[in-house]
Amino acid sequence: MKKLLSGIMVILVIVALLFSAQRYFSSQTGTGDKDGKVLNLYNWGDYIDPSLLKKFTKETGYKVSYETFDSNEAMYMKIKQGSTSYDLAVPSEYMIEKMKADHLLQPLDHRKLTGLKNYDSRFLNQTFDKGNKYSVPYFWGTLGIIYNDKYVQAKDVQHWDDLWSPKFRNQIMLIDSARDVLGITLITQGKPVNDKSEADLAAAQGKLTTLMPNVKAIIADEIKMYMAQDEAAIAVTYSGEAAEAMDKNPHLHYVVPSEGSNLWFDNIVMPKNAKHKTAAYAFLNFMSEPKNAAQNAEYIGYATPNKKALALLPKSIRGDRQFYPDAKTVSHLQTYDDLGQKWTEKYNDAFLEFKMTQR
Amino acid sequence: MKGKFKWSNLYLVFVFVLLYLPIFFLIVYSFNAGDVMQGWDGFSWKHYVELFVDTRILEIVVNTFLVALLSSLLASIIGTAGALFIYNQHNQLIKNIFLSLNNILLVSPDVIIGASFLILFTVIGFTLGFTSVLLSHIAFSIPIVVLMVLPRLQEMNPSLVTAAKDLGANNWQMLARVVLPVISPGILAGFFMAFTYSLDDFAVTFFVTGNGFSTLSVEIYSRARQGVSLEINALSAMMFLVSLLLVLVYYVISKRSSKGKKRAGTRLVMPATEGL
Amino acid sequence: MKAKQQRQIFYIVPYGIWLLLFVIAPLMLMLFQSFTTSNGHFTLGNYGAYFGSGTYLRMTFNSVWYAFLITVITLVISYPTAYLLNQLKQKQFWLLLVILPTWINLLLKTYAFIGLLSKTGTVNSFISFWGVAPQQLLFSDWSFLLVAAYIEIPFMILPIFNSLAEIDPRLSQASHDLGANKWQTLRYVIFPLSMPGVKAGIQAVFIPSLSLFMITRLIGGNRVITLGTAIEEHFLVTQNWQLGSTIGVILIVAMIVTMILTRDRVRKNIRK
Repeated sequence: MKKLLSGIMVILVIVALLFSAQRYFSSQTGTGDKDGKVLNLYNWGDYIDPSLLKKFTKETGYKVSYETFDSNEAMYMKIKQGSTSYDLAVPSEYMIEKMKADHLLQPLDHRKLTGLKNYDSRFLNQTFDKGNKYSVPYFWGTLGIIYNDKYVQAKDVQHWDDLWSPKFRNQIMLIDSARDVLGITLITQGKPVNDKSEADLAAAQGKLTTLMPNVKAIIADEIKMYMAQDEAAIAVTYSGEAAEAMDKNPHLHYVVPSEGSNLWFDNIVMPKNAKHKTAAYAFLNFMSEPKNAAQNAEYIGYATPNKKALALLPKSIRGDRQFYPDAKTVSHLQTYDDLGQKWTEKYNDAFLEFKMTQR
Repeated sequence: MKGKFKWSNLYLVFVFVLLYLPIFFLIVYSFNAGDVMQGWDGFSWKHYVELFVDTRILEIVVNTFLVALLSSLLASIIGTAGALFIYNQHNQLIKNIFLSLNNILLVSPDVIIGASFLILFTVIGFTLGFTSVLLSHIAFSIPIVVLMVLPRLQEMNPSLVTAAKDLGANNWQMLARVVLPVISPGILAGFFMAFTYSLDDFAVTFFVTGNGFSTLSVEIYSRARQGVSLEINALSAMMFLVSLLLVLVYYVISKRSSKGKKRAGTRLVMPATEGL
Repeated sequence: MKAKQQRQIFYIVPYGIWLLLFVIAPLMLMLFQSFTTSNGHFTLGNYGAYFGSGTYLRMTFNSVWYAFLITVITLVISYPTAYLLNQLKQKQFWLLLVILPTWINLLLKTYAFIGLLSKTGTVNSFISFWGVAPQQLLFSDWSFLLVAAYIEIPFMILPIFNSLAEIDPRLSQASHDLGANKWQTLRYVIFPLSMPGVKAGIQAVFIPSLSLFMITRLIGGNRVITLGTAIEEHFLVTQNWQLGSTIGVILIVAMIVTMILTRDRVRKNIRK
């Protein structure tokens, strides 16, 4: 008995020590700090220049607790579940529409936003958020094909349909996202990416199934790492991911097929249960300062919607048609709408069934 | 005979190489001066330096151990109570019902445990975070402890208890002086098993975590998907050392507590298999 | 008698609360979810969707098939290992060395395999050293089976080792005296007596293999979808908790079936 009790005591002492260690660390990182000068930022993994967070803390005194998600859906669930309060989150356009409809967002007070004028009007006032009542643009980009010129010739991968070529057996990595993969299939069939027709979706799923022999893996953020390491010849992914991979491997190139693709926006929103609003506005204004936005864009590699920031970027980036496509390509790009519960499920089920297809 | 013996050793060597290959691979690359687990750019401590200035990962390591220690401690206490209850229950039917209920979590796949706990926490409106993770870890550790303690109770000589009763011992005295000392090796084994399971758990935590709370497995999962960072290798090398130490401690303790009983060591690790 | 009742109440309170909250309640909730629509009405539609869809049934079949393969591979590797380990002198020590890898985080080990198996990884550099062209190792069925089996091996070795250790050495002596050779002894004496361990091992490997979900993604590249992957998808991505629960219930049924098929030892062990 004595032994057991002393054992328990030892454990409790260790626990107490660990608790104080945890306290110490969390005061360093800012997590869990409930009432201090904190900003709870919920963002995609690796989606901000960490030095900007430090700079923000230095300028304003707010510590940033940076938490990440890996899909719009995961983020939506955490915010809807409601037990976690985030001050700012960075969903994509269709998710903003959905969150708005589900009353998960609070309107932004435009009087407190100082930097809205810095943004290119092309990226403001979008259909998913008229008048930017709820959101401020963060980045925009495209969905495209990244390929390795060691294994593939440029002329062979200019269009989505090229992915179906028997030449690319077991060589393509796809992004693990129902909307994107079904979207490109719909585009090859001349249908809109927001198609709500059973027949079209079934046709797209049927066509997609025939892509399976070419598919090597269906993964997410890892794509950039694998492409940089020559693991696959071709991948379908977002422009920014491509940019990062291309930084590490000079053989990589990125194409936005001219027949059309997805144009996406990631905007910053304020969830309904945000607690540190002053900090949130300070951050929104901080991020819309041209210098900071430019630094972030250079670090992340996605395209900035901030036109003053764009002017600050080196010409090699600004003029890069891979990431800042010309007006003609942009005019073919389509934005995702929120499809509603029923159709979202249909898309997801179709995609899950695609994934279950045997090679 | 002799030649055969060598072949069998060769086979064992092969199995051990297989078991340890990925682990040593991780450790070797933690000293790579480059930034990827490919090629070799020379020896360097830099990833260890990175690790020690990365407060987020250190906080998560602390969190992980905190959850593991607390959950295994509480699970040991509740599990021991459960084992005593089942042991004292003489109605065979009730005993069997409790045993089966106890085993459900043991054999349930992690995904089911995680998903069903997530439903539970959502239904009762419980905040996800440290407490929900802790509660879940306690929950899946309890049956392991029960399984470790029960055989000890069954091996206990019932006349001990009768004698204590005859000598006028009350409930508490009987528990503290007679029963607990006999079953303490089982409790200890249960504690260690629960600790291991908690450290290793990924799926359950993945489902029930929130509010910025993260454990090592969950963090590694998100980092591994971002791309390989050798800082994680440095961390795993350290974890391996700690585990090695813990295993040795465990080995010594189990050896000591089983003086005279040859098979006790086997006994201690046996129920480990049932937890999966 | 009174004292005994008091004692039992004292024991049952914490344990009973646990059983109720974390065993019975979650299971009931899951069952309940599987019978409701997203707005809470009773329905059999989720089961209809599951059994009516060829894809889900095929996925279930595949999942069982992969779990079967993983179990067979681990068994084939583990039985001889356990048998040979049992004949070593410091067997407790060696057994602990088998357990040690399970103390290293599962994800870290998986992560190491990514480094080992990728196209420019160590295994490929090694074979290209011998003049073989780099092979596609990652994202194949084989790599998935390899990594899954790797993870499960210790959990197969342990119970087999234990049941072998419990066999009275005099039995094989007797068998030898009766004129049986080594193989006959192994085949007719040792193997049948170690069956409980084998069954326990199968239980410990087969059920988790049905529900692997992280390896399917990191190593299998989502090319292998198991019941576990489907549950995770439905809970965390598509948020169709109802269908997710339905698959969960089916997985629980599969688990119960496995338990019944390999039953005797859990009972025996506890009663002993």
